[in-house]
Amino acid sequence: MQDNIHTSYKQLEQRSKYTNMFLRWFLYLVLILFALYFIFPLYVMIVTSLKTMEEIRQGTLLTWPSGLNFDSWAVAWGGRGYGAGDTFLKPYFWNSIKMVVPAVFFSTFIGAMTGYVLTKWRFKGDQWVFLFLLFGCFIPFQAILLPMARTLGVLGISNSVIGLVLVHTVYGIPFTTLFFRNYYISVPTELVKAARIDGAGFFKIFFKILLPISAPIIVVTVIWQFTQIWNDFLFGSTFSFGEAAPIQVALNNMVLSSTSVKEYNVDMASAIIAGVPTLIVYVLAGKYFIRGLTSGAVKG
Amino acid sequence: MKTLKIDELSKNFGTTEVLRKINLEIDEGNFLVLLGPSGCGKSTLLNIIAGLETINEGNVYIDDYNVSKVEPKDRNIAMVFQSYALYPSMNVRENMIFGLKQAKVSKEKIEEQLQKVSKFLQVDALLERKPSQLSGGQRQRVAIGRALVREPRIFLFDEPLSNLDAKLRVEMRREIKKLHQQLKTTVVYVTHDQTEAMSLGTNIAIMNHGVIQQNDTPENIYNKPSNTFVADFIGSPSMNLIKGNLKQSSNQISFVANGSNFEIPINGYEFKEKSNLENKEVYFGIRPEHIFSKKSNEGDFEINLRADLSEYIGHEQIMTFDYENQEVLAKFPSTIKIELSKNTKLYFDLTQISLFDAKTEERI
Repeated sequence: MQDNIHTSYKQLEQRSKYTNMFLRWFLYLVLILFALYFIFPLYVMIVTSLKTMEEIRQGTLLTWPSGLNFDSWAVAWGGRGYGAGDTFLKPYFWNSIKMVVPAVFFSTFIGAMTGYVLTKWRFKGDQWVFLFLLFGCFIPFQAILLPMARTLGVLGISNSVIGLVLVHTVYGIPFTTLFFRNYYISVPTELVKAARIDGAGFFKIFFKILLPISAPIIVVTVIWQFTQIWNDFLFGSTFSFGEAAPIQVALNNMVLSSTSVKEYNVDMASAIIAGVPTLIVYVLAGKYFIRGLTSGAVKG
Repeated sequence: MKTLKIDELSKNFGTTEVLRKINLEIDEGNFLVLLGPSGCGKSTLLNIIAGLETINEGNVYIDDYNVSKVEPKDRNIAMVFQSYALYPSMNVRENMIFGLKQAKVSKEKIEEQLQKVSKFLQVDALLERKPSQLSGGQRQRVAIGRALVREPRIFLFDEPLSNLDAKLRVEMRREIKKLHQQLKTTVVYVTHDQTEAMSLGTNIAIMNHGVIQQNDTPENIYNKPSNTFVADFIGSPSMNLIKGNLKQSSNQISFVANGSNFEIPINGYEFKEKSNLENKEVYFGIRPEHIFSKKSNEGDFEINLRADLSEYIGHEQIMTFDYENQEVLAKFPSTIKIELSKNTKLYFDLTQISLFDAKTEERI
């Protein structure tokens, strides 16, 4: 009797072991399929960018390149060296950098400041201010193109990098404020009270006490803003043209304005160059991203 | 000269009245506890003393100087918070000297103060640690240290022990008491814990709904509560309030509980005013610890009540008796055996009773 029970338990154990193993392998299979699906476009882009036009015409999308041929990358970045009609990314890449760095800095800084005031220096009607700021998150950007163009015109900074910095800063503030407000609301207000008794003023409390503990949310905001501004096409194409355009607009121009033959290898190289900076930001700061997003929940 | 004086102070948040015509005075070296249930305005009052909240009406004086419009840092006060409020990015040393640095005190003086206070509070080994690396008790000590280095005229404590576990709370309570005995600085201390209030305060101000109900020594608060709120708030379990009427004949005053037919003589009670007592509706207040199962004083009044419920808590037991459909609680040593559902002889210590007007709920 006793033995019977034991053997049947053994059988059950064996059976559950097989089921688990099968499910596990099935899981891996599904995951691998998904991973392939997502990596496939990147593979095509990289492979194509390393081929010559000859190879592209003869092979398929998936064929391996004959060698590491970075010519198309050089063309995408620095052009072919002849005058008119030669668009390449280098100047626009720097345009984008000149736009994204100050825009991210100012929008993050102003967002932090506003979040600080809205949580730690409450004033009459502050909920309304916050509500209107939140409203900014939901306004479709197409709706403000015309008024913004007019504003930039009046200020005399249309078709310039400075103009784009202003636009991105203004439309970043609702998001950055939301981030910082939600972060600072979990910081005990007693900290501010203690600092006031200790004799610190508005700015000192912000710089000495709140900013030093804001690293997680700063990272979140910077990644968010960097991605938004770097990848923006709408504002860039509307408020700038020619030499002042950011890289996404230039990429579009390059790809669409090819005169005779479509140079897929150059197009692919350009697209990768335009996407690399956001990738770098993610890789460098990505692990703080999740930590920052969830920091409110696991605080303690 | 009063170290702290609060004069006719009122405070509203919008249409909600938080404090109504508060008057308070503290002498040098006293330990005033503001005690009350949550939402009674005690923390708001403390924040007003600190200068962290504005005033709608009235004034705050420190050393006879009107500080109502003076910035918190210039009031010569220091505050210890419930959450300790240590600056998370700074280590213990930086936390403690932050205030002195803002006040532009000389480096030598800062160092001297830091050494003195950190030795005194035994945190000198922790100076380089961040607040997150400290235990609750250590954080509390550092928070007190940060207040001490400023050598303030008045210490403000805002429920400083509420975040600690029960054992540590008792330890820290003793330390705060010792600290006050040694330094003799004036203290205002906010708490909702009556044990803390009783053991620490030289004076207790009991607050409810933004009004001070009684401001007195712990002994008077316990023995002579000025109204039913105070009587009910202090003591655990709280004072029995038995509803009934007074009877007055030529030279005899007695209390008759509702529905009861026998009189409890209360000739010895010190009435505030000995007129209009006949048939007055009153609450007869007696604390559970002043009801005995054996006659212990000559004047004890014997009464027969039915035992309904027994709660055993180790060193003592709390018994509930029925007195003409009113509950009466009594506290006995747990060694005494009392049978439930049976009438038991009890002895009321009539020297310890309180009487309250049933309408105004004030002590008479």
